[in-house]
Amino acid sequence: MSDTHQQSIGFVRDSMLPQVAPPLGETGIFKWMKANMFSSIANGALTLAALAAIYYLLSGVLPWLLNGVWQADSIRECREILDGKVGGCFAVLAERWNQLLFGFKYPSELYWRPTLAFVLLFVAIAPVLFRKVFPAQMLWFSALYPFVAYFLIWGGSVLIPLFALLGFVLGYVFYSTFVARSFALGSFGGILVAMAVWYITGFLPIEGVLATEAVASRDMGGFMLNLILGTVCVSLSIPFGIALALGRQSDMLIIKWICVVFIEFIRGVPLITLLFVASVMLAYFFPPDANIDLILRVIIMITMFASAYIAEVIRGGLAALPTGQYEAGDSLGLDYAQKMRLIVLPQALKISIPGIVNVAVGLFKDTTLVSVISMFDLVGTIRGPVQASSEWNGVYWELLGSAALLFFVVCYGISQYSQWLERQLQTDHR
Amino acid sequence: MAETAQMQVSDEVAVSIENMNKWYGTFHVLRDIDLTVHRGERIVIAGPSGSGKSTLIRCINALEEHQKGRITVDGTVLSSDLKNIDRIRSEVGMVFQHFNLFPHLTILENCTLAPIWVRKTPKKEAEEVAMHFLKKVKIPEQADKYPGQLSGGQQQRVAIARSLCMRPRIMLFDEPTSALDPEMIKEVLDTMVELAEEGMTMLCVTHEMGFAQAVANRVIFMDAGQIVEQNEPKEFFNNPQHERTKLFLSQILGH
Repeated sequence: MSDTHQQSIGFVRDSMLPQVAPPLGETGIFKWMKANMFSSIANGALTLAALAAIYYLLSGVLPWLLNGVWQADSIRECREILDGKVGGCFAVLAERWNQLLFGFKYPSELYWRPTLAFVLLFVAIAPVLFRKVFPAQMLWFSALYPFVAYFLIWGGSVLIPLFALLGFVLGYVFYSTFVARSFALGSFGGILVAMAVWYITGFLPIEGVLATEAVASRDMGGFMLNLILGTVCVSLSIPFGIALALGRQSDMLIIKWICVVFIEFIRGVPLITLLFVASVMLAYFFPPDANIDLILRVIIMITMFASAYIAEVIRGGLAALPTGQYEAGDSLGLDYAQKMRLIVLPQALKISIPGIVNVAVGLFKDTTLVSVISMFDLVGTIRGPVQASSEWNGVYWELLGSAALLFFVVCYGISQYSQWLERQLQTDHR
Repeated sequence: MAETAQMQVSDEVAVSIENMNKWYGTFHVLRDIDLTVHRGERIVIAGPSGSGKSTLIRCINALEEHQKGRITVDGTVLSSDLKNIDRIRSEVGMVFQHFNLFPHLTILENCTLAPIWVRKTPKKEAEEVAMHFLKKVKIPEQADKYPGQLSGGQQQRVAIARSLCMRPRIMLFDEPTSALDPEMIKEVLDTMVELAEEGMTMLCVTHEMGFAQAVANRVIFMDAGQIVEQNEPKEFFNNPQHERTKLFLSQILGH
């Protein structure tokens, strides 16, 4: 009896089991498909329907893309080459590429200047966007870049950007001297000093002094114009937006109400209206002999528009900060400017990143609206000189599709950067 | 302990509040407050919630504005002049109930920010001072972390170190242990006791009556925006005079 009992309980393994692969339906691609595509009958049906839709779409688009004609002089030649087959007429991009990039009036022998400015743009924004990667000294170049870029793209006397720079420098000197006494005195005094410098130097006869060949604003166009308006307006509207948001919170009633009225008014007006004002009506508000550059007027209007939106986004960020942060800053004896710069804004701006990027991306795409005031940006160039020409009349998908692609690349880049930045700045809960 | 504490108090006046009144709108929060704090004195302010204790000490560094009366801190009369206020604030340290550390800066940066920007101390020197005080509150190893990675008690000790880095002559504590787990209260109170033993002038709003008995040389009891009773801790706890004080003490010491 004891024998049988021992046999049923006692056990000694004499050979170890080898590792065996799991059943076919439980690994790799099969498991993934089972889990994600065919987990139920309804899901399976939807998967098949989606696959059919993708197939239908690609079977239309792919031949059009792959069969495309890149070498032709007109849409008629494209059609002859295609001979009834499906295919895009991408030759228009090859033939009109420079027009799409620089506009149809920019002197072709000077294309290197905006191209160089474009390359330098990356050198200038790299240390701003990636603080930890690049040495801080590179920020000096970033600060000088706007003046370099202006000189490269517009040409003319080198004194124009230098005087503009002088205004900023003297304004900053005034600000840093007086900010310790009062933040408001420092900032408003600095602005007045800068404007005085610009006003006075405006009378100096500098035409042709140390000059390169000048290109007028009305000759700017193509994607270059979108990039100029986009980068300038985004980089200006963030500081203006911050100033408006802080002004709206100010204890000084007049400043507060100026900011409130500005923000509410600008937000209540369509951008196109502002652009028409810039192109047609703004002249009535200036002295008759004042000739403010068209692009400058458009930049002012788009910046005003975007900064009103950014101000509201940042106000949301400011409101999200606990009052304890302000009190801690106060209790350590920091003054207003220090408290804002070191404690409040770094946190409020971090909270506001998604909203600011939202406005920036929208603004960049809105720069195509300048085509309605007869400026030939990328869309304006396509709708105007390119499609109106007898060679390319009738080409739509290829041109507008590539315009969409250009904008998508830039906007998607901005969006990806902002998400990376948000992860970088996440210090509060990890 | 009480005797030695008494001996460190000098005749020099650190804070003097004369006939101070404050209103929130029409609500009279602080009524005819008169209080003189000598250098080296440790004062505990107790009272039911809403009695104006926090508001009182927040008036001393002008986080709250008072409408009537006179507050003199370290010989400077508090006025609406911003420079004046900033100077007083840099001499008066404050520790908050919710720590209020700056979450976007490391512990070390939290401690060096004000010395660098307000006192214009060179960065290296400010960091040495900060490490000294972080050692004092026993968390030098956390210097490179962010506040969000620390426990509540550790955060509050950093907040104390951050204030000390400004070398304040007076420290204000606004319910420093009220947001902490019971286990963490002790580590913060230990730090405060140590500070008191070094002769720091302290005004503490707290419900820690054990701390009051051990460290304070005066306990002030407030109710309805006024000082109801003040006395040495032994007398205050053993022989309260005012009815409201007796009621308060019976309720908080009852169990």
